[in-house]
Amino acid sequence: MTDHAIFAPRAGLVARGVDWVIRHPRMFTFLMILPIVLWLGIVYIGALIALLMQSFFSIDEFSGVVQHEFTLKTYAELLRPSNFDIIVRTVVMAGSVTLASAVLAFPIAYFAARYAKGKWKALFYIGVMLPLWSSYLVKVYAWKLVLAKEGILNWVFAKLHLTWALDGILSLPVIGGNSLSVSYLGTFIVFVYIWLPYMIIPVQASLERVPGPLLEAASDLGATPRQSFRMVLFPLALPGIVAGSIFTFSLTLGDYIIPQIIGSGRLFIGQAVYTQQGTAGNIPLAAAFTVVPIVLMGFYLWGARKMGAFDAL
Amino acid sequence: MCPKTTGNMRMKKLLNLCASGIALGAALAVPAQAEMLKELGKPEGALSIVAWPGYIERGETDPAYDWVTKFEEKTGCKVEVKTAGTSDEMVSLMNQGGFDLVTASGDASLRLIAGGKVQPVNIDLIPDWKRVDDRLKDAPWHTVDGTHYGVPFMWGPNVLMYNTEVFKTAPDSWDVVFNEQTLPDGKSNRGRVQAYDGPIYIADAAMYLKAHKPELGIENPYELNEDQYAAALELLKGQRQLVSRYWHDAMVQIDDFKNEGVVASSAWPFQVNLLKADGAPVASVVPKEGASGWADTLMLHSDAKHPTCAYLWMEHSLNSNLQSDLSVWFGAVPSVPEACTDKSGMQTAEGCDANGLKDFDKIWFWRTPTSKCEAGGCVPYHRWVSDYIAVMGG
Repeated sequence: MTDHAIFAPRAGLVARGVDWVIRHPRMFTFLMILPIVLWLGIVYIGALIALLMQSFFSIDEFSGVVQHEFTLKTYAELLRPSNFDIIVRTVVMAGSVTLASAVLAFPIAYFAARYAKGKWKALFYIGVMLPLWSSYLVKVYAWKLVLAKEGILNWVFAKLHLTWALDGILSLPVIGGNSLSVSYLGTFIVFVYIWLPYMIIPVQASLERVPGPLLEAASDLGATPRQSFRMVLFPLALPGIVAGSIFTFSLTLGDYIIPQIIGSGRLFIGQAVYTQQGTAGNIPLAAAFTVVPIVLMGFYLWGARKMGAFDAL
Repeated sequence: MCPKTTGNMRMKKLLNLCASGIALGAALAVPAQAEMLKELGKPEGALSIVAWPGYIERGETDPAYDWVTKFEEKTGCKVEVKTAGTSDEMVSLMNQGGFDLVTASGDASLRLIAGGKVQPVNIDLIPDWKRVDDRLKDAPWHTVDGTHYGVPFMWGPNVLMYNTEVFKTAPDSWDVVFNEQTLPDGKSNRGRVQAYDGPIYIADAAMYLKAHKPELGIENPYELNEDQYAAALELLKGQRQLVSRYWHDAMVQIDDFKNEGVVASSAWPFQVNLLKADGAPVASVVPKEGASGWADTLMLHSDAKHPTCAYLWMEHSLNSNLQSDLSVWFGAVPSVPEACTDKSGMQTAEGCDANGLKDFDKIWFWRTPTSKCEAGGCVPYHRWVSDYIAVMGG
């Protein structure tokens, strides 16, 4: 009936409400996290689930109308050669972009973490971050001009009398093409450029945390530089590389602007989603395509967690 | 326990709603019969239009191009514009409702009519209907069973743009982009031609085959049976070997003509005009096989809140500087032929011809391919999409 509280209940609805909440700490916590849960639940997860549900529907072959019945037919369509090619193409591109970014980022990050001091360090940060400040589209269009057949890079190669080398590379099957800006090689270069900062920063952070004395100890114990890199530095930096690779891999997986401007017109997953939901009205297939990067990233993150990537963020 | 259960139920309902909402946007809604307006009332003071970017200009981009201000002064209808980048976006905006007019292309207009989202237009209330090009008055993309569902707005062809330094005389056939050959400058066309990256481009291939392979019996490039369709895909697969990049973005194509050594491609008069203005050696032609093209129609939403203002705008669109100036601005052809010569705006007879006026009879206007066609059993659009993706991936 009556709580035997020290103070008598206060008058007024608001005051009583406040008192009640204070006396129920769990309720207080609940109310505090409710907005966040609603945001995540409805806006984020809810939208995703609404989309994913679509992938279990199918499109009627005859009229093109979406049929709201559970089926796995749409997923089977993903395995059709033309669609499966798109998935393989995107994953291979994401993988090679990630590898190349790691190889390029490591020495840069190592220099910044070990040797750069004072204003050199500031210069490093500006150098890495500056490209992130300018518009993504501007950068991609700029690269189109650089890589074009009558662009800057070709001109440089011609001046150096190295056109034969460029032509040699471009005549390679698969990665080559009529010019850099219409080949996979061009798409790859631009992807690496655009996502490289996302690799450098975590690698640099993880290298900063490797204690210098460890490396000295390794050489004191007779390790060659190669050995101390392989057995001390690299394993300790690995979580940072894996963390960076999450960015490069997932961003390449989902991008649909770069391959549209620089590339051979062969679709990547993002473009396939765009075309299927936009012009075709085939939302089930677009949704099924969307599931592919989600599943891939699920496995990727699971593997990355095992390698301790989340400690390096 | 109880609140949790209701919570779940509510969640489910919400998801169902979400899902069906998305589906509705894609699927055709059930047709509903809307009544035609009998007479005009008092202007409602506002008008909202869904339009292509650049279609409704009030002098904000360039003071010389303004066809809204005068209308607002005259009628008191405040014009509000919502731009849409694709036909599908337009259809989905109209499905959501809240708009009065839309500038629908031929691949959207019939969908809107079938979905009951637009109402018949009473042409007696539009005195200047008589000025509309006779060939557009009963066009099948806005007239169904003799009922008009809109007023023609603008149209234009997808021309063959070519480099005048390579082609001293204009190429007279789409052959230069479909089959490997040596161009007049002595080099192969491999890697120097482009194709449009939309599935609707299959119709361009069909149009070429209509002229060159009569044994296929293609009547209409948007209505293809399995054999004709397979032949068109075969042609496009061959073209893939010649094309180093498909064009999608007009600006990227302009750059490719300048810096990538591309010398021939399907294009819009828009790119041709911009490149010419830039001094690039290009020109355009409608080859002997004809060309695909687009024709837009002003359509009235079935639940329009401002029907009188909408009718006044339709009238305004036919009898003002709009047709003339817009056709200059957009590189299109007016639906009112007089607009080319009556000095109502900046357009001239030469300008209209450059944008394709004389080629009307050679143009196959864009339409959404459906399985229901005269011959029966035609290949529907969503298959065009998946197969064209396969061609581009080739």
